[in-house]
Amino acid sequence: MDETAVGIAADVNARRRSAREIAEEALERITRIDGRIGAYLTRTDALALEQAERVDGRVAAGERLALAGVPVAIKDNMCLRGTRTTCGSKILADWVAPYTATAVARLLDAGAIPVGKTNLDEFAMGSSCENSALGVTRNPYDLERVPGGSSGGSAAAVAAGEAVIATGSDTGGSIREPAAFCNVVGFKPTYGRVSRYGLIAFASSLDQIGPFARTVRDAALVYDVIAGKDPLDATSVDVPVERTLDALREDLHGLRIGVVKEFTTRTLPPAVAEVYAAAYRDLERLGATLVEVSLPTADYGLATYYLIAPAECSSNLARFDGVRYGLRVDGADVTEMYERTRAAGFGAEVKRRILIGTYALSSGYYDAYYVKAQKVRTLIAADFAKAFEACDLIAAPAASSPAFRFNAKSDPYSMYLMDYYTIPVSLAGLPALSVPCGAAVPEDGRAPMPLGLQLIAPLFEERRLLGAAHAYEQATQHASKLKPQLAGVSA
Amino acid sequence: MTAVASADIRAKYEAVIGLECHVELKTETKMFCGCRNLFGGEPNTQVCPVCLGLPGALPVPNRRAIELVIKAGLAFGAQIPSFSKFDRKNYFYPDMPKNYQISQYDMPLTRGGVVRFWLADGSRRECRLTRIHLEEDTGKSTHAGSGDGRIAGSEYSLVDFNRAGVPLMECVSEPDIRSAEEAVGFLEALKRTFVQLGISDVKMEEGSLRCDANVSIRRIGSTALGTKTEIKNMNSFKSVQRAIGSEIERQIEIVESGGRIVQETRGWDEVTETTHVMRSKEQAHDYRYFPDPDLTPLEITPADIERWRAELRELPFARFERYVDRFGLSVAQATQLVDNPSLADFFERTAAASNDPQGSANYVLGELSRLANETGVAVADSKVRPEAVAEVIELVGAKTINSKIAKDVIARLWSEGGSAKEIVERAGLAQVSDPAALERFVDEVLVANEKIAADIRGGKEKGLQFLVGQVMKTSRGKANPKMVEELLRKKITSA
Repeated sequence: MDETAVGIAADVNARRRSAREIAEEALERITRIDGRIGAYLTRTDALALEQAERVDGRVAAGERLALAGVPVAIKDNMCLRGTRTTCGSKILADWVAPYTATAVARLLDAGAIPVGKTNLDEFAMGSSCENSALGVTRNPYDLERVPGGSSGGSAAAVAAGEAVIATGSDTGGSIREPAAFCNVVGFKPTYGRVSRYGLIAFASSLDQIGPFARTVRDAALVYDVIAGKDPLDATSVDVPVERTLDALREDLHGLRIGVVKEFTTRTLPPAVAEVYAAAYRDLERLGATLVEVSLPTADYGLATYYLIAPAECSSNLARFDGVRYGLRVDGADVTEMYERTRAAGFGAEVKRRILIGTYALSSGYYDAYYVKAQKVRTLIAADFAKAFEACDLIAAPAASSPAFRFNAKSDPYSMYLMDYYTIPVSLAGLPALSVPCGAAVPEDGRAPMPLGLQLIAPLFEERRLLGAAHAYEQATQHASKLKPQLAGVSA
Repeated sequence: MTAVASADIRAKYEAVIGLECHVELKTETKMFCGCRNLFGGEPNTQVCPVCLGLPGALPVPNRRAIELVIKAGLAFGAQIPSFSKFDRKNYFYPDMPKNYQISQYDMPLTRGGVVRFWLADGSRRECRLTRIHLEEDTGKSTHAGSGDGRIAGSEYSLVDFNRAGVPLMECVSEPDIRSAEEAVGFLEALKRTFVQLGISDVKMEEGSLRCDANVSIRRIGSTALGTKTEIKNMNSFKSVQRAIGSEIERQIEIVESGGRIVQETRGWDEVTETTHVMRSKEQAHDYRYFPDPDLTPLEITPADIERWRAELRELPFARFERYVDRFGLSVAQATQLVDNPSLADFFERTAAASNDPQGSANYVLGELSRLANETGVAVADSKVRPEAVAEVIELVGAKTINSKIAKDVIARLWSEGGSAKEIVERAGLAQVSDPAALERFVDEVLVANEKIAADIRGGKEKGLQFLVGQVMKTSRGKANPKMVEELLRKKITSA
């Protein structure tokens, strides 16, 4: 399905097509190709058909729904009542959510059709989906390569036409990096814009839900549905949400776009660097003024992030103990049961982060690590605020390289480096997205793989961000220049 | 260590005690979700994704609970910082759904303040508060299969999460308490203050007040602090008194026999009435407190504080001082009234109407409270108006009725309401003080009891009271008993 959400909703609302036939088509496509992609951990066929009936009924009754009949894939760290919600972890492999996340509920209420739950790095910790304990997801543009992560399943599902839109969660780059790897649009709104209620937490102060789509317009459409204050999430912000769909523009006249001095001096593979240089020229060609800005503390982003995020995760994941739900491995007493359950239930990366976080919060180390990291976080946010005095948006790479081969990043640090350009943005809570910006031949490959341009806006400036991204996307049309590697599968 | 230190050894030491009290707040709903805050109920019926700590659920603070804690602080003159926050206290326990408790670490809702209280002998004390903070309660474990409900030897444990997430206020005192009796006095002060301000029901038997004590001893005259132990599991005021008393004894025994106190946490056993080691200092948890990223900082405005301060009524201690120092009531009377605010209000209106606080207290705590107990109707809810009781006091004062008739009038007021004066008039209950009328009653009685009169003349004085009683009976209680006695004496001796 290479249609847009905007097009499907228009058809369904006008009763040119039924949600039911679209749902059936989507499910059939998943049946045909997901064996090769592995985007989904759980299919929700029955729910999809049930919801399609409901949507057709509502449309027949005269309602117009923003996402009428649009097939949506849901990252499997968001609760959907009655459906297995695993976080890609053995510890929750059989857990059925008894309630629905606010963002998911808003999508369903707007008429979207949930077709399945997508794979992810365990508890959203990773940049390749390889940390999932429950399945392998392949990049639709090269099945030997990773889709990125942590929201790799959602990115791959949209890229392969197994869904029209998808939800992701981004803590340090988990929407933007896989979007770049899979040649789709991935958008992380301002921290607090979209309710986290029902999103299984990795790092609460950083986690943010956002959409994957094949166009900026579709991403804007989804954002307009899911954004806004939720009484069930105390950190969701009560700032009026203005429709971004009305803010899409065709050029960039009058916009000052910052290019980060510290980022341009960093070594990217030459073929990749050339794509970004061309992208910045395109921005200029569309009327933007490029200005050099400085983020002197951004280089501390990774170190800061890998104290704060593990600290929060060490506490957030404490609840997975075998007492009330999820995996339980019995032991002689309750302590042994805890130990065995968590030893068997969590993968290596999750354990690593729990240990780092526990250490960072321990008495005697708290000030040196956690408190210091929070101070640096404040400085990074201040650097961005200062940079935004000189520009309206910032442009940067969305990832440090194109999609890499499976098992290519054997040490954790080289994996962490993939998010070098996205992590400082997350620490500052800013809205940012990745939009396809061309392709480059990876150093370990022969065929070009997609790249993403990251655009970053000041807090709550989602309209400006999506508006500019739309202009760039429409003028360059990079997404359509590459075709997914699905030989033998009819579109 | 069964020997009990002799009184003169004990007199060489004083105890230094600080208390940590956990008080469940009286709110409609739990601290961070919309579940009802109810005691008891079928296990796991007052639960939702939030208080069960299900994956993805998030806390939203209960504003009312924040208000109640700040009111508790204001009641004791605490400072209310304009900024506060919630922190996570991390430790694993099966009845704690998230394996962290949302609590407050370094920025509690209130700081400082003083709890003033009195002891049974009327002496007054103060204990400074360190802080009051707000947190969530845990669930409750039941250990099955061991027969005695203990975890050791049990086959399995059941957890009820109805209590999980109930708002819990922790009041931490400075070590200003010097005896087990003072500890109980302090707790009673907290209890009556929180109950009367609607902050908590404070039912120790339901666990809505739980208390831990930090206890150390030192030689009288010393200002240094000794090594302290922490006592847990005290489930009633009586067990607080006994546990602290027992711990003081234990520490004196150790020091007297040349030993050293070990810093540790000890549990109180209701059955053996002794404390036992629960964990040593080395086993103390590292709670890894950090600000809860799911909750935003709390800002308390001066307007909030003033609004809440204005809603506080007169506090029990101030009332107690007024009753004892200004009204001259006994400690027991004042305590009884202070602990029953609606009765105290009734008393105050009676005292104001009669201008006789002592007389008012006597009637309110005497005849009226007796009728209240008998009928199950509170004095304040009865048909009796304070003004009517004031009339009774006035009628007795003017000797229009005697105290016996007064009881009768009160009983009529209880069943009918209305004015005491009208009742007295309507029923002709006014005391007969007219000598001519009294003489008729006296003569009648003397005629019927000549032998007793003769005995009295012969020196058997005790017959006189019998005759007075007979005259009262003949007059149906209305005769002025003093005048009757004088008249009888005069008539018998002059006969």
